[in-house]
Amino acid sequence: MTETGPFRLPRGGRLIDRAYQLPFRFDGRQMRGLLGDTLASALLANGQLMMGRSFKYHRPRGPIASGAEEPNALLGLGQGGRFEPNQRATTTPLVGGMVTTPQNCWPSLNADIGAVNNWLYRFFPAGFYYKTFMHPRPFWKHVFEPIIRRSAGLGKAPTEADPDRYEQAYAHVDVVVVGGGIAGLTAARDAARDGKSVWLVEQTPHFGGRTPTDHADGQARVDALLAELRGMANVTLRRSTQATGLYDHGYLLVRESLADHDPNAGIPRQRLWRIRAGHVVVASGALERPLSFAGNDVPGVILASAVRDYIDNYGVAPGRRIVIVTNNDDAYRTALVALDAGLEVPVVIDARSAAGGALPAAVRARGVRVLTGSAIAGIKGGQAVEAVKICAHSGSGQVTETVDADCVAMSGGWSPVVHLWSHCGGKLNWSDAQAMFAPDPNRPPTGADGKAMASCVGAAAGDLLVPALTGAQAESATMPVWVMPAHATRKMKFKMWLDFQNDVKVSDVELAAQEGYHSVEHTKRYTTLGMATDQGKVSNINGLAVLSNALNQPIPATGTTTFRPPYTPLTLGTIAGEARGEIFQPLRKTPMHGWHESHGAFFEPVGHWRRPYCYPKAGESHADAVAREIRAVRASVGTLDASTLGKIIVKGPDAGRFLDMMYTGMMSTLPVGKCRYGLICNENGFLSDDGVAARLSEDTWLVHTTTGGAERMHGHMEDWLQCEWWDWKVWTANVTEQWAQVAVVGPKARVLLERLGGQIDLSPEALPFMGWAEGEIAGIPARVYRISFSGELSFEVAVPANRGLELWEKLHEAGRDLNVTPYGTEAMHVMRAEKGFIMIGDETDGTVIPQDLGLNWAISKKKTDYIGKRAQERSHMTDPRRWKLVGLESVDGRVLPDGVYAVADGVNPNGQRNTQGRVTSTYMSPTLSKPIAMGLVLNGPERMGEVLEFPVAGQESYKARICDPVFYDKEGSRANG
Amino acid sequence: MAEALAKISQVQDWGMIQIRADLARAGDAIAAAVGVALPERGRITSDGSRSLGWMSPDELLLVLPRAEAAEALAALQDALSTEHALVLDVSDMRAVFRIQGAKALDVLMKLCPADLAAMPEDGLRRTRAAQVACGIWREPGGYVLIGFRSVADYLRGILTGAAAPGTQLDPR
Repeated sequence: MTETGPFRLPRGGRLIDRAYQLPFRFDGRQMRGLLGDTLASALLANGQLMMGRSFKYHRPRGPIASGAEEPNALLGLGQGGRFEPNQRATTTPLVGGMVTTPQNCWPSLNADIGAVNNWLYRFFPAGFYYKTFMHPRPFWKHVFEPIIRRSAGLGKAPTEADPDRYEQAYAHVDVVVVGGGIAGLTAARDAARDGKSVWLVEQTPHFGGRTPTDHADGQARVDALLAELRGMANVTLRRSTQATGLYDHGYLLVRESLADHDPNAGIPRQRLWRIRAGHVVVASGALERPLSFAGNDVPGVILASAVRDYIDNYGVAPGRRIVIVTNNDDAYRTALVALDAGLEVPVVIDARSAAGGALPAAVRARGVRVLTGSAIAGIKGGQAVEAVKICAHSGSGQVTETVDADCVAMSGGWSPVVHLWSHCGGKLNWSDAQAMFAPDPNRPPTGADGKAMASCVGAAAGDLLVPALTGAQAESATMPVWVMPAHATRKMKFKMWLDFQNDVKVSDVELAAQEGYHSVEHTKRYTTLGMATDQGKVSNINGLAVLSNALNQPIPATGTTTFRPPYTPLTLGTIAGEARGEIFQPLRKTPMHGWHESHGAFFEPVGHWRRPYCYPKAGESHADAVAREIRAVRASVGTLDASTLGKIIVKGPDAGRFLDMMYTGMMSTLPVGKCRYGLICNENGFLSDDGVAARLSEDTWLVHTTTGGAERMHGHMEDWLQCEWWDWKVWTANVTEQWAQVAVVGPKARVLLERLGGQIDLSPEALPFMGWAEGEIAGIPARVYRISFSGELSFEVAVPANRGLELWEKLHEAGRDLNVTPYGTEAMHVMRAEKGFIMIGDETDGTVIPQDLGLNWAISKKKTDYIGKRAQERSHMTDPRRWKLVGLESVDGRVLPDGVYAVADGVNPNGQRNTQGRVTSTYMSPTLSKPIAMGLVLNGPERMGEVLEFPVAGQESYKARICDPVFYDKEGSRANG
Repeated sequence: MAEALAKISQVQDWGMIQIRADLARAGDAIAAAVGVALPERGRITSDGSRSLGWMSPDELLLVLPRAEAAEALAALQDALSTEHALVLDVSDMRAVFRIQGAKALDVLMKLCPADLAAMPEDGLRRTRAAQVACGIWREPGGYVLIGFRSVADYLRGILTGAAAPGTQLDPR
């Protein structure tokens, strides 16, 4: 015995390196493993057979497999931010210093209080929760659900941020071979010889699959293939790389493990490959099935192939006295491997009436008793196997003999791993001869060309032995065994596990069938068969076979449940990839963003932009900052970074005609040098965007959109130009980011701009309201638009983006004595509301037409058409009962809450109060020192002076008087400075 | 610690002119005006100093030293004065990055879904880098990536992250 545990064999273990011992902790105890161990092999070597507890009954659970299909040996891995629940011990490479914790047990793995369920399992049948917790109704929400939720779920979710990095990468490959066993290696070589680019991905850290363990000179065959593949420039081999899903158009998701084995390597932990594969070769092998006999869930009952994996791959004995139980020849290999390792094999229990093949003969020759026509009637032992009770397979379980043993190696035959094949629609055929579902090559998943985008080879195709490549001799037929013994009693079926993680037994599936669950999909959900973290890899076929028997129909008539990606769980980190922290999302920044940051701006998101909401000074609240900014603008001058406003160039002989269709107003008649406000509606008539258009030249307009509308409006224009009016001569270009734009606003705006110098005459005569001019300001090429969204004298100055910061800084230098004040979006919003200007997204919500907002003046009556015109003539749109825009004046000095509804008399058919309006914008106006609001109200414009009631839960109703929406400077004289 | 997969640097002194026109009609006039051959679909032509990229069936992008932009703009407008065409100086609109080094392609493969390995030597590919639009072409020793200027920080962040030392895409 070495120091790495009492069950480590003195010799053997092709994947371990005995020179490197690795300490680790399990359940608070210190243990040692070897380099190359999986967590499961290291635990088994230390004699730790029990690794967790099942979900429903908290039954003791040991590993039953050695790979990705493992349903039982799930551990919590790591600590703190690196804690990860539900990690399969069988596929987790052992890392020195690893800390692991068992799951689903309390207070401890060995003495779990929840295991009381164990004694009560007769009272927890299929559909138990549905049947028991339905009545009385209110109890579900308040009593049953909270308790069930607390006891549900296997692992705990981590509570800290994941400190690891992840990344994604894209690849375009002619052929991707999934599975690095002998069939996959051969398929990769063949494709590479055809000159194709080939990837071969293998989920484990080792190539070869089962061949080195199961076939004489298997390793040599694998090595020869690997040598050839490694010499081919068009071949890429990736280990520890798991194909998780195949999607339409050959889109294959593959997770590559980079630093799972070394969290301190300083590289991403995992990489998600997003591959466009010309063709996918599925060489994912086959999974061994358990046998359903009473007590098949006792720790120590292990799949036969896994038993020989532990012995041959890791030099670990899962037991010292191993009973084999099988319905096929393959399991006899386990007997031979165990004997070679010096372990005892007291008996092979074979359900078949005869076992005449070469493998059984070899086992008999080693002096092992082979009991044909036999079965296991039960297992003696609770937390570990103590003895095996044997009976005739054809009977009902009369015990003929009891054999002491500490391990049972079971094999119920093999099922091809058809998941990838099936993800995208590949169909399966049931093979009676082999008792398995195998891919039907005539019904493959198809690609864009209608041809197969995937094919299966080797065991995944149903060719379990791959004799052409492994040299294996033919074996005698497998006998389907779905329940052991054939006429097992009901009592025995209560102890025959199908789904080991979710505790679904033969009795549960039979009960479901009896209760009328005939569809395999319904039975799955009713019993939870195959719904655990392993997604039924070992339980599905056995379960649907039991269901078929219960329904007295052939297995293909029952069919399989749907195979869905991922094949094994994906870490959420790989799905997020690089998108976390600073680069979680692209943040759009204007040329002046850095200035805003260094001047204490509080930012708000507007689309992907971050815009200053306000610039609070030390000790100032946001509300105070906004009020200060507004007062400064109205008293002297302020600057707003308006660079985010959309700017679209529209040019061509048909540009005027085109814009007349885009806007509700007339743009073709706009003189060069002038600006005009316009509304853009969608084809349903609803207001979609607004802004000011400037005519730059005879055939060119510059169209301003809202910040959030730039890409949307550009797309809208291109949609109509490309799909409807493709013969119109119009070019558009979204030049939003070419320009930095600064609104210089307030009575001193002209004074300030004139100080910067330049050739542009800013006088009211030369540049009147709604005019624009071009030239230089402060030596910077600029366009100046005299437009106002605040009611004040206002110039919007556009300069090339690279010089935006320069302009901004010069404005602030030159205007110091004018108290020039940077203001944010909130001050802008309040000032426009004081003027009764609408805001897209506040007054509009996709259901509002311009006529609702009293914007009829912006709708041309001369035009025969514009987008939305016909829709606005529909009866519902012309209904006089549509709510219309009005101002709302709070009667008690409280600011109305945003979005609240005004109630009307009576109730609607749902018993809710009728409504007659709602608030769309609401602020405290620093200019007027009172709350102001706008809203849409039934017959609003005709009801000036009426008081509306706005109930708010838990407060006294708000009341507001209907008024004109223009609260400030009704004459509009301030815009002239 | 190993070196980064590629050197990421931002270019500040390039000018760009966007051209929209019927390329079948106006292609020769454009090529003559800028002094660079008209690119085929999906390609970019260059005389070493100026490059002319194919952006869409009716759009080209002229990349040139910033100091030459005004003159080239005037020349193009002149050459296309009788055409239905749009010529705009968009020199300030984009952020330009160079990805230089033997593993430059690895960096882009982590961010772009396009098959850049298969891109011709003189190819120009419009695609996305993680969550933002970009255009990519080759230059000696690596690649040029252009995106919008507002997301320059994001582009630098994802490019630098993808180039992190030790993260080459070779099998291990």
